[in-house]
Amino acid sequence: MNSIKIMATIFKRELKSYFESPVAYVFIVVFLVLTGFLTFFVTQLYERQTADLLPFFFWHPWVYLLFVPAATMGLWAEERRSGTIELLLTMPVTMMQAIIGKFMAAWLFILIGVCLTFPIVFTVCYLGDPDMGVIMCAYIGSILFAGACVSIGMLTSSITRSQVISFVLSFVFCLILIIAGWPPVIRVLLEWKAPVWLVDAVTAFSLMPHLQSIQRGVIDARDIVYYLSIIIFMIMSTHIVLDNRKSA
Amino acid sequence: MMIEVKDLYKSFGRIQAVNGVSFNVEKGDVLGFLGPNGAGKTTTMRMITGFLPPSSGSINVCGHDVAKDPVAVKTEIGYLPENAPAYDSMTVINFLRFAAEIRGYHGKERDTVVSTAIEQCKLDSVRHQSIATLSKGYKQRACFAQAIIHNPPILIMDEPTDGLDPNQKHLVRTMIREMAAEKAIIISTHILEEVDAVCTKAIIINKGSIVANGTPDELKSRSPSKRLDEVFRKLTLGEEA
Repeated sequence: MNSIKIMATIFKRELKSYFESPVAYVFIVVFLVLTGFLTFFVTQLYERQTADLLPFFFWHPWVYLLFVPAATMGLWAEERRSGTIELLLTMPVTMMQAIIGKFMAAWLFILIGVCLTFPIVFTVCYLGDPDMGVIMCAYIGSILFAGACVSIGMLTSSITRSQVISFVLSFVFCLILIIAGWPPVIRVLLEWKAPVWLVDAVTAFSLMPHLQSIQRGVIDARDIVYYLSIIIFMIMSTHIVLDNRKSA
Repeated sequence: MMIEVKDLYKSFGRIQAVNGVSFNVEKGDVLGFLGPNGAGKTTTMRMITGFLPPSSGSINVCGHDVAKDPVAVKTEIGYLPENAPAYDSMTVINFLRFAAEIRGYHGKERDTVVSTAIEQCKLDSVRHQSIATLSKGYKQRACFAQAIIHNPPILIMDEPTDGLDPNQKHLVRTMIREMAAEKAIIISTHILEEVDAVCTKAIIINKGSIVANGTPDELKSRSPSKRLDEVFRKLTLGEEA
């Protein structure tokens, strides 16, 4: 019980710290403008004449690729740069409570941005009769996907004091996991005559196929387990990194 | 015995930062931790506060072993780290509320401890200012307020007067003296006048080892001129002096 209260305190401080500077508002506005622009003008939501949100959800991984590293780069890098990590970890908290509190705050921050895309759902509802089940599934998939990216961003933030380096590292890390299952990458692997198990392994690690199956409206336990295991793995890795490098 | 440190060693790779340090601190003691830069003062304090694990040796704080029950130890300690780090984007009052909540104060109780700390550290005029905009003295006091917010039996301060002007130094020392009777306090410093001003005991540490341990007067009597700075030079520079 006490442990949850402590996590909640860390979570609250972290979430508030996003909104203490105007950056958070700019961030959310740019996020919404960008998703709107891509959906309506690039993938031409109206011109398709179909009441579904496939073009909208298609962009989510790519938008996250840009925004999640920006939201997570400060989580630990800034604590280490300014020395507040020493303050935080000499308060009666465990490292795990601090990590989970911060992770949840960053995830919820992204979630706030995602939830504010609700007008687009109203738009297709007004124009036609979309399958709400599929839309809900796609949102859940998108949020899980974002959670995996946030956990990766938190890990890269823990290994450096520089927010810029953290941003670049998590961008590259997420990009690799996104394109690993992309058909062009698989084609290259096949041309190299890579063994089937290797191609399968690379695809299985990719963030994308799991998202695509959820977006089709099928929530498979395996996909959820995949995202949760990425998150847990990254949280554990962050714990190990910080144990070794917190004072460096 | 409130703090009991036994055979403490810490190495970072090949560098031996702390090399077999043992000492005790009791209630009412103000222990001055002296030494040149890089002597191992900060590392020792970080181990006592549970921030760094020792390579070997044991630390016991109020009956809790730091290695076995770090959270229990952390609840007994108020810690002012070097350079007084604080969350820059927060206002003073929100920063202190955060510190109070983490230490288990909620609701009305939280507001009471926060306003007591603000009063004690004379932060009233800047309570709604963000920490980034504070002068060094106020920032130091904001971090100090965080350290005493739960009225801890043990207070550990790493160079609490470093970079402050003479008036601010005086204020910090007065606060330390006021609290000395009912607490065990460790302060690290390389300013020798501070030892005379506030400490009841002093330890001189050099290259990770304790080279002198006693009351300030005992240390002074080691030099013919009865001056602490000469003793300090002799012990930390060795033959070069």
